[in-house]
Amino acid sequence: MLELRHLSKTFGGLRAVDDVSLTLAEGSIAALIGPNGAGKTTLFALMTGFHPPSGGSVHFLGHDVTGEKPFRIARAGMVRTFQIVQPFAGQTVRENIAVGAHLHIADRAAALAKAEEVARRVGLADRLDRDAADLTVAGRKRLEVARALATEPKLLLLDEVMAGLNPSEIRDVIPVIRAIRDSGITILLIEHVMQAVMELGERAWVLNQGRLIAEGAPRALAADPVVIEAYLGQGMARRLAKGRGDA
Amino acid sequence: MTRLSLLLVVFAALALVPLVVTSEFWLNVCVLTLFSALIGQAWNILGGYAGQFSFGHALFFGVGAYTVAALQVRLGVNPWIGLVLGGALGAAVAVAVGWLTFRYGLRGSYFALVTLAFAEVFRILANSIPWLGAGEGMMIKLAAGPGMLQFKNLANYYWLLLAMTLACFLAVWWLDRSRLGARMLAVRDNEDAAAAIGVDAFAVKLQAMALSGLFMGLAGVFYAQRYLYLDPGLAFGPTESVEALLVAIVGGIGSLFGPLLGAIVLHALSEAAQAALGGLPGANMVIYGTVLVLMVLFLPRGLASLFRQRPQPVEPPDA
Amino acid sequence: MLNLTILWPAILNGVTTGALYALIALGLTLIYGVLHIINFAHGALLMVGLYAVYFLFRFLGLDPYVSLLVVPPAMFVLGYALQRGIISRAAHGRDENILLVTLGLSIVIENLALMLFSSDTQTVDTAYGFATVDVLGAFIPVPKAVAFAGAVVSALALWLFMARTDLGRAIRAVAKERKGARLVGIDVEHVYAMSFGIGVGVLGIAACLLLPSYYVTPQVGHGFILIAFTIVVLGGMGSFVGALIGGIIIGVVEAIGGLMLGESLGQIGIFAIFILILLFRPQGLLGQRG
Repeated sequence: MLELRHLSKTFGGLRAVDDVSLTLAEGSIAALIGPNGAGKTTLFALMTGFHPPSGGSVHFLGHDVTGEKPFRIARAGMVRTFQIVQPFAGQTVRENIAVGAHLHIADRAAALAKAEEVARRVGLADRLDRDAADLTVAGRKRLEVARALATEPKLLLLDEVMAGLNPSEIRDVIPVIRAIRDSGITILLIEHVMQAVMELGERAWVLNQGRLIAEGAPRALAADPVVIEAYLGQGMARRLAKGRGDA
Repeated sequence: MTRLSLLLVVFAALALVPLVVTSEFWLNVCVLTLFSALIGQAWNILGGYAGQFSFGHALFFGVGAYTVAALQVRLGVNPWIGLVLGGALGAAVAVAVGWLTFRYGLRGSYFALVTLAFAEVFRILANSIPWLGAGEGMMIKLAAGPGMLQFKNLANYYWLLLAMTLACFLAVWWLDRSRLGARMLAVRDNEDAAAAIGVDAFAVKLQAMALSGLFMGLAGVFYAQRYLYLDPGLAFGPTESVEALLVAIVGGIGSLFGPLLGAIVLHALSEAAQAALGGLPGANMVIYGTVLVLMVLFLPRGLASLFRQRPQPVEPPDA
Repeated sequence: MLNLTILWPAILNGVTTGALYALIALGLTLIYGVLHIINFAHGALLMVGLYAVYFLFRFLGLDPYVSLLVVPPAMFVLGYALQRGIISRAAHGRDENILLVTLGLSIVIENLALMLFSSDTQTVDTAYGFATVDVLGAFIPVPKAVAFAGAVVSALALWLFMARTDLGRAIRAVAKERKGARLVGIDVEHVYAMSFGIGVGVLGIAACLLLPSYYVTPQVGHGFILIAFTIVVLGGMGSFVGALIGGIIIGVVEAIGGLMLGESLGQIGIFAIFILILLFRPQGLLGQRG
């Protein structure tokens, strides 16, 4: 459903995303992993039109959407969340989610009702009338997901929705994401929490210094020396392997 | 009581004012107050709802005023047609200005500057074009009668203004329960987040400009018909720009009744000051300016926030 | 017919006026560069400076150029106090609030002047007020020549100050990286207020240089504020060199526009530039997109 072809982005002299090609199948949960500064969030920004790519193209549901405006891409069904949460402060949780619902629903009352239903799906039903600015970090992350979900996307791009959450909060979020997938929405997530990637991801890509360095099932990737090196630095994989051999 | 019925009750009560207030002086104060509420609400649509602070809102007011005046004086067109065209042109100029600035992503300080500059450009143009009366301004011929949108009786002007103001307040009431209004607030609070969930921020801002410009244009038409005189400074000068934003800020931006509240408080203050200081030139504006500074310092969400249950955060979320 | 004998004096006039515009814009661009706010009270504060110079002349017989020793320091203190006492407290995290508070201040200051000093136009009569100097065949008034020289010297001094002194470096550090500056122990609030004070102090210099060839009324700032904005935008927000070049360009455009279109329409040229720059090159002619 999504295909990136040789996507690149340079900022000044820095190649933030370097010739990335990948194909995402419908109905799956896939993950994009890699160390900090690998270019994951930039890749999301390129896919959703927040930055124009320096090269390559983005194809979504068979259409070339390269360089389209973000709102158009959202209308086509590819919706992102933000790593740094961006609530509409001063509005309630219900009102926040309703903005997303309004993408396909013109009527205000219907959009507010839809907001309530989506809030229930992500576990925010008890905070509907709370001011979005008063939510905890975990609450705000859920709100990000809810707002995107309310637009009825076909592909949901989740940018570190678990960062900053404690282990029990993470345990709560995982079934929520799985339920979203089960409702027929394809999910691509950027995640640092490896536990979540292992549990959720059916497929993962590893990005390092802007380049895709590995691709496969999360468990296989975790044992891949190339991936370990990317995360932990030169020579680490060898030492780890040696350590394992000794044991 | 729903907000709509409250709104209608308030305006019904306001409609009775000329029957109660017989003093020409005080009725005039009421007209001025209502006028402030109208332009404050017009500013509020753009500033309070869509989050774009204009410092040159007199631009659209002046366009409306000059439209009805020039059509009558130069072309002999009936002012009722001028009323429609004045509002339409106010909206059209607002959309044009918005299209130019928002297309290039100018926000915040830049938008305030651009609107100020456009108002100044129009003032200089009006000052230089003989067809618009240049520096001497334009005098509309006295011809009292509803057909000419002129009245001998101040009460009739009051009701005309009340009708325009009601229309403006109804528009905002509608915004509060419509998709467009929700999108405006989303764009105001976070443009990127709004875009990410499918909101066309550019289109939303243009619609806010159009609505706001429409009502400023109508206010301009009223002004021209009420005073039958217009010059570039009156039409495009800073007075109306400041008044519009001040009323909205004092009353509470982004709220339905805020501008009415703001207008009443400001005019009460200004009348009290007149009585105390005896109409020193500038005294009024000193008070307005002081109120603006104090409001921003101590009550940035306006008087309306005092009546609201839900606390209104004044600081953006930590991010 | 436009020929050089008409054009040259106009250009010269434009350059000298432009240098003063540039000086006024320098204060504005400094404040913008550091605090990232547009000071809408800039014109009103210039008016305060002009009245100070005027009253010192009228009641103490102080020559406007002698006032250079008094007015700029006083204006600096005023600016420092305004930033520390009012403007910094108004932000509540939103730039719009700062815009509003400086607008409110400008309304208060201007109308207080109107209440206290009436709207009469005031000028100073100096011995040199009508003297002229010959510059390659065109005569320009001595006060304008002095103003030109003073503006250039002040701009250079300000540039040296920013480049060479510790405070200048601190100001630049805060302008570039607010959080980082705080981390290395710079008192950011103090630097803000110093920047605002310097920006307003520069207005004091401009007032001393301007008054001998100009006048003061409560509304005198209006004419300057949009011009100063235009210069700052033209030169790139926060750029010193840009403000200097922008000031001279605007001065010349105004002079030639006035010559060709008449006084009132001549100003259209300035605003046309302003709007075109904002629309098509908001980073300024010399600035870089970022």
